[in-house]
Amino acid sequence: MKNQVPKPLLDYPKLGDWLKVTPEKKLVFFSGRVELGQGNVTALLMMISDELGIEPEKISLQTARTDMTPNEGFTAGSMSIVHGGQSLRSAVATLRQQILSISASRLGVDALELDLSNGQIIQKGSFCFYIDEVLDQIDLSSEIPSGAKIKEPSQRWVQFREIDRVDLLEKMTGAPFVHDMIEEGMLFGAPVHPANMYSKLLTLDVIALSKRPGVIKVVQDGSFVGVLATSQRFALEAAEWAREKSEWKEIDGKIENPISHLMAQSHDFEIVSETGDVNKNSGEWCELTVSRPYIFHGSIGPAAAVAKWENEKLTVWTHSQGVFQLRDALAGVFETAEDNITVIHKAGSGCYGHNGADDAALDAAILASEVEGIPVKVVWSRYDEFHAAPMGAAMSTKSRAHLDQDGYITAFDVEVTSVPHSSRPGTGGTPNLRSAVLIKNSKLPAKSPDVPAVRGGGAERNAVPSYNFGPVRVKKRLVHDLPFRASALRSLGAYNNVIVNEGLIDEIAHRNGEDPLAFRIKHCVDDRSKELLLRLDSETKKYKENLKESQGWGVGYARYKGVSGLCAVFVNVTVDEGVVVDNVVSVSDVGEAISPDGVKNQIEGGIVQSISWTLKEAVKTDGVSTTVDSWFDYPIIKFSEIPSLNTILIERPFEKPLGAAEISQGPAGAAVANAVRHALGVRITELPITREAIITSLLSNEI
Amino acid sequence: MQGELRCTINGVVHAIDSFSSEPLLFFLRDKIGLRSTRYGCGQGTCGSCTVIIDGEAKMSCETITKDVSGKTIETAEVFENDCEHPLVKSFIEFQAGQCGYCLPGILMASKSLLDKKQNLSRLEIAEALDANLCRCGAHSRILDAIEKAYQISNEKGT
Ligand code: FES
Ligand code: FES
Repeated sequence: MKNQVPKPLLDYPKLGDWLKVTPEKKLVFFSGRVELGQGNVTALLMMISDELGIEPEKISLQTARTDMTPNEGFTAGSMSIVHGGQSLRSAVATLRQQILSISASRLGVDALELDLSNGQIIQKGSFCFYIDEVLDQIDLSSEIPSGAKIKEPSQRWVQFREIDRVDLLEKMTGAPFVHDMIEEGMLFGAPVHPANMYSKLLTLDVIALSKRPGVIKVVQDGSFVGVLATSQRFALEAAEWAREKSEWKEIDGKIENPISHLMAQSHDFEIVSETGDVNKNSGEWCELTVSRPYIFHGSIGPAAAVAKWENEKLTVWTHSQGVFQLRDALAGVFETAEDNITVIHKAGSGCYGHNGADDAALDAAILASEVEGIPVKVVWSRYDEFHAAPMGAAMSTKSRAHLDQDGYITAFDVEVTSVPHSSRPGTGGTPNLRSAVLIKNSKLPAKSPDVPAVRGGGAERNAVPSYNFGPVRVKKRLVHDLPFRASALRSLGAYNNVIVNEGLIDEIAHRNGEDPLAFRIKHCVDDRSKELLLRLDSETKKYKENLKESQGWGVGYARYKGVSGLCAVFVNVTVDEGVVVDNVVSVSDVGEAISPDGVKNQIEGGIVQSISWTLKEAVKTDGVSTTVDSWFDYPIIKFSEIPSLNTILIERPFEKPLGAAEISQGPAGAAVANAVRHALGVRITELPITREAIITSLLSNEI
Repeated sequence: MQGELRCTINGVVHAIDSFSSEPLLFFLRDKIGLRSTRYGCGQGTCGSCTVIIDGEAKMSCETITKDVSGKTIETAEVFENDCEHPLVKSFIEFQAGQCGYCLPGILMASKSLLDKKQNLSRLEIAEALDANLCRCGAHSRILDAIEKAYQISNEKGT
């Protein structure tokens, strides 16, 4: 395997950047990554244990905090294991070498004679001593060599192959979340979020608000309003009261229907990739357009944070994806040096992208700035979560495929029209925090440039189909004037783009009278993808037979970002009152899987979430804000709607790890859309595929 | 008046402030310090605050604290000292969860089912859990785990 130096190692080249030895002779490793609910911490601990030769329970991992760990950027894009884990591996390999050579000189033998396993130094099969005895001699100032010799794949995973999630039991029965933090003298804050972040406060009876039960203080700064109270309940109730009693000047420029607005744009597309002349050959083109609305992150726990100011220094506990970026953004808002702010990651509810965590952190910091030395906890209400948190971007994609006489696809042309998929803290050099817009010293967000192509692109992610289709061109048109707040949500544009492309491929296979899977296999780019699709084919034969009239099957496949994990999904659906997904079979390849079961868990979660998006989810708006007040207004998939899942992982221990968390969103959505098409004979092109959408589509097809 | 109302939480008797209109969720979290019971919506629509009251799964955000006077309440903390409970064991075995925010509520909902010793099919279990949302998509493993727990307790119980 080629030993590329991962970026975090270039920035943090010293051993001491990645680990320390406690006075009790315990090893603590540092990672700039965070646990988002995906099992990152467990996977990273497994990598360390495996590389060093020590039981995972004997070591610990400190995840991102600005005063301690490397800055590894955002924990996003399924890159934790790919980059973060590989850096740690190099650091651990260096540590291992040092331990072995210190031990060798202590024993007066050659280091090559020694081995390290279960935290013990072993010489020719017999135990010498525990590594604890030499840990104080580790030189933490030494550099991690760029070619640090990590274990060969064949030496890996002799032990610690499947360990249980280290954090699961506490999450089941305890209180490990930032929501659960409690400290002596803590106050509870709640922001009063207006309908839109650009709304302006007109009237609010501050005196009456300050007399609400439990309220200690009302904080007003420009159009930012928040309360400090003696309990979370009183804070939430007072904020709700204030929201109902206050008046706000709403923004101009309502946009009633985001998708029609996107479709009506006529400004130029920008070509984001082009691998040849798509118009080289004349001939027939087929096309398909699919749109998806704004959708919510919809974490079950709302955004939360704790903040404390003391002697002009701010400490924030947050479930943000990027503690360093949040620190810098907060420094921008408070116009203070970054060094004055410490941001510490603490577990939050499931994170699927840029949610309200950073915004809640600013809310807590603003409120805490009014009460020196007192920690303030902010937990957003469900209302806040549905009105103030960034949403997954609305978008529309049109794909066209050029066919030769034999029905092969010989060119592919994609046009993506979308709201930008990222407005993370710091994007475009502005804080991009919600309440930063509301305060008097307002900091408006810069126009988002979307996610650059080097990071897999935003709106255009996976617009390039994962097949050999000849020249491909991708054009994108960003639309900035929608009044809603959007940012990164699991897989960004890939979800919609894969649905369109895979839908178009299906339409063509159908026209050719070919089996959709066989048609895809014909266009495979390499053996790896071919093996995946052949496996899916062989695993699903029985599910294609004896279908009733209301039933259908469909597949979806993509290699995430074109270079990451491969995932192919097959589903069976029954279309009756609405769509029911009966069965799902998926085959994935994520290269080396650190925790195979953890990977499967992620893939299954992605599939279920994607089914929910595809069949149910659309944020309703009134042109200015969302009109969703509770889960009743925004149904998501329920237990009784969960299909049976068969999740197959092709393990490739000799390949590099590719990341897993986002790879199934697009393929699962595509498989569902294609299965509905198979069952109904018509294709729904405006997601989600609800009962109403099906009726509308059937009616318009009859005309 | 204070101190006259009492309830039993995880086997311990607690006094209830009788003037309070406080939802049980906040009483448990903030006054008793049992914070596995989670705030998800405060609107009775997500199930993350589910506890067991006299054997029935109830959303604690929708329950007024003084109404539980004289009743017996269980929260997910009951499992803290009972890692051998079939539900805990099988949730761990199936690694049934991702972020875990929904899990205490789901554990309580499924414990109330299990305690009733009814024979439920997978679909019936699923339907009984429909009030509990999970956004991470861990449903399938959760159902596997509950089915297994049923199996273990049936073997033990009869
Ligand atoms: S918090 Fe009680 S149902 Fe959501
Ligand atoms: S495991 Fe995250 S919400 Fe269920």
